[in-house]
Amino acid sequence: MSAPGNDDFRASFFEECEELLEAMHEGFGIMLDGEADGETIHVVFRAVHSIKGGAGAFGLDALVAFAHHFETALDQVRAGRSEATDDLLALFQHCGDHLSDLVSSSRDGQAIDGDHAHALRAQLDAVIGQVDPEVDDVSDAAESFVPMALDFGAFLDPAQPRPDAPKGFRISFAAEPELFSSGNEPALLFRALDRFGASTITANLIDVPVLSRLDASMSAVTWSIDLVTEASEGVIRDVFDFVSDCAAIEMSPRDAADQPGAANPDQTQDRSAAPLAILPPVPEMAVPVPVPVSRAQGTQSADADVDGDDEPDLRAGLGKPGPGAGSKAAASPQTIRVDFERVDKLINLVGELVIKEAMLSQAVGKMDLPTGNDVLQELDGLKQLAGEIQEGVMAIRAQPVKPLFQRMARTIRDASAMTGKRVRLVMKGESAEVDKTVLERLVDPLNHMIRNAVDHGLESPEKRAAAGKNPEGTVTLSAAHRSGRVVIEVSDDGGGINREKVRQLAESKGLVSPSAVMSSAEIDALLFMPGFSSKDEVSELSGRGVGLDVVRSEINALGGRMSISSELGKGTVFSISLPLTLAVLEGMVVEVAGQTMVVPITAIQETLQPSSAQIHTIGSGSRVLCIRDGLVPVADLGAIFGFRDTPVDLTNHVLLVIETETERRCALIVDGLQDQRQVVIKSLETNYSQVEGIAAATILGDGRIALIVDPEGIVGGIAPAPVNLSRLSHLDPLEGEDLVTA
Amino acid sequence: MSLNVLAIDDSRTMRNLLSAALGRVGYSVDLAEDGEVGLERFAASDPDVVITDINMPNLDGFGFIEAARRMTRHRVVPILVLTTESAPELRARARSAGATGWIVKPFDDEKLVWAIERVANVGGQQ
Repeated sequence: MSAPGNDDFRASFFEECEELLEAMHEGFGIMLDGEADGETIHVVFRAVHSIKGGAGAFGLDALVAFAHHFETALDQVRAGRSEATDDLLALFQHCGDHLSDLVSSSRDGQAIDGDHAHALRAQLDAVIGQVDPEVDDVSDAAESFVPMALDFGAFLDPAQPRPDAPKGFRISFAAEPELFSSGNEPALLFRALDRFGASTITANLIDVPVLSRLDASMSAVTWSIDLVTEASEGVIRDVFDFVSDCAAIEMSPRDAADQPGAANPDQTQDRSAAPLAILPPVPEMAVPVPVPVSRAQGTQSADADVDGDDEPDLRAGLGKPGPGAGSKAAASPQTIRVDFERVDKLINLVGELVIKEAMLSQAVGKMDLPTGNDVLQELDGLKQLAGEIQEGVMAIRAQPVKPLFQRMARTIRDASAMTGKRVRLVMKGESAEVDKTVLERLVDPLNHMIRNAVDHGLESPEKRAAAGKNPEGTVTLSAAHRSGRVVIEVSDDGGGINREKVRQLAESKGLVSPSAVMSSAEIDALLFMPGFSSKDEVSELSGRGVGLDVVRSEINALGGRMSISSELGKGTVFSISLPLTLAVLEGMVVEVAGQTMVVPITAIQETLQPSSAQIHTIGSGSRVLCIRDGLVPVADLGAIFGFRDTPVDLTNHVLLVIETETERRCALIVDGLQDQRQVVIKSLETNYSQVEGIAAATILGDGRIALIVDPEGIVGGIAPAPVNLSRLSHLDPLEGEDLVTA
Repeated sequence: MSLNVLAIDDSRTMRNLLSAALGRVGYSVDLAEDGEVGLERFAASDPDVVITDINMPNLDGFGFIEAARRMTRHRVVPILVLTTESAPELRARARSAGATGWIVKPFDDEKLVWAIERVANVGGQQ
């Protein structure tokens, strides 16, 4: 067909597929929860049906075939012929997963394992009975439209003389009332015959009663058609396909027939002379005899009003747009679809706007204008507007977490199948919105956490039963906005972290000294340490050489924080706190050795004026800060980046106590604090190259570039972790062990 | 004159394809995403032909046709049903609701025109 070459349509089809798959999975979820209403199965059915329809348009045969089979099975439930048992729903979910896979593979042009589809189809058959083979073969669907060679010249100009061919058909045509009430029109069907050859049409008026006896709902006129054509009977019958059930149509080969069955030869029309002189016998029209409809050739003005509208047709050249007006596609009013690049460009520009506005403020500030001056007032207004625009534009990038969560439902099912544990997924707050890029980059970490929760978090059904718990475990995924960040939690109702075991293992690996006094939180934090987990008990599922440490560094890269809380016997909660956007950062603007730098506010624990009582010198000039709960190494931010090399005198300086995700702390010496504000993040990597200890850059109000400090990178070079990490570097990365369950 | 076509389908892909195909052959296209919106558009835009999907939320294709046929002024506006099946019972159902004809998916420009030209007066362009 003509559309498959169009990549835009194709891309939009796959986009729509994602939405449909989402709706489908959501529907199954609702049905499993027993909260389905009558509409749910219809939604699911339509989703699969639409995927099939679109796939057919793009010639994606494997997708069509499976979707068709799936749809047929769903229809059994929809029609009430099969009951939606949990087992059947589970099968449907697997089929839904496979459909997702097929969509992905079709999109990426990859082959997919056909055996799986076969197995699922067999299962579907087993559950719902053999699918009617007649509808099973999708190619059958097109049977009513036989491909045909078309004579366009003849089609466009029926008056053109054609070579006289003796072949053809004599057709008698008698309409039943339903033909008209269904909006069909014999005249149009007769005209459609023009495609295949020249026809002579005769209206037989012999049965037309006098007006007083006329039943307006009956058609008293019958027609005889003499068609000269090379086309086969099937092709000609196809012309009458729409009316085959509401018209008596008899066809006989032209040479075998008698004279055209014209009872009233005077009514015979030679169509090449006066084409289509046939009444549209609309039932409600109280006109008993045919009125010729002018379809004059060579003039555009008189247009046959055969659409059943008994008003004069004034539309031909007046009311409606001509062909040149193009298509007026009415878009859905609620949403528009915008290329992502445009949004990003806008975000970038708004960032520049905010910077310009700050620069303007600074310039105006230097003018020393009196308070209440118009310029200052208007500038304030501008500032506010710029801020609002920035927020508004950021909101465009925000997407609900729901699709992400629904992808996790798949992960849960897979994990559940592999471990043999029964798991229920509960989703909360899935309407919370997060930046699209953040969402995309959360897929892998969340997948890992979910697998982890099923594999290590939940106990086996037997253990659960023994502990008096529901043998079916629950994993809860929740999202919520909290003070300008979004918090995503993965919690399970499993056995909780067995801290004793974790500690033992950490000791055996030399990660902690046996004498160390550790709080529960510190022990939990061990799970995040690189190389903590061991190879002793690799499970097929989560032991893929990727540990929680990798998950955590992924989250950190997104400007997020990750933490654990756990209660023995009750379960474990992993929580991720993320910024709403990657484009703006809340930062503390500080001054160091004449340079301006930005420290992310999320890393700053406290700021303080140092006094000699708090600072202790140890070893060769190293200094530590004594704060309430311990000693923290002190480092000069200026010295770290080489702005100055002599250790500064601490008086008249400020200390920033920063803490990283790995709970390592250090106190940074800066010369002064300027401001706490949102800064627009400009990537250093894209514009220059990666610099250790620097996360990114920003442009300040005075037009100067300020570097944004990467707390993790800085502290890594200064402060040890709360536990002894020194031997870690010698260890190979190891794989996951079941430490969480007892 | 350009034919005004109202196309009703809940699938965005299908609406895109219909809109493009009908636009290519010079028709004006009005789109609706379900039967309910379709009825509104039907009353408002007075189309020459309607093409409607069957499986749709809110109001399905059968419901749309029945309601459209009850609007007497539009009693005989041709309504074509888009269907992936050629199952006879589906046709019978569509017919009894008042459908004029059907287009079997997947369709192409030629198939669309062929279906439309048998139910609507496209002759004005000749």
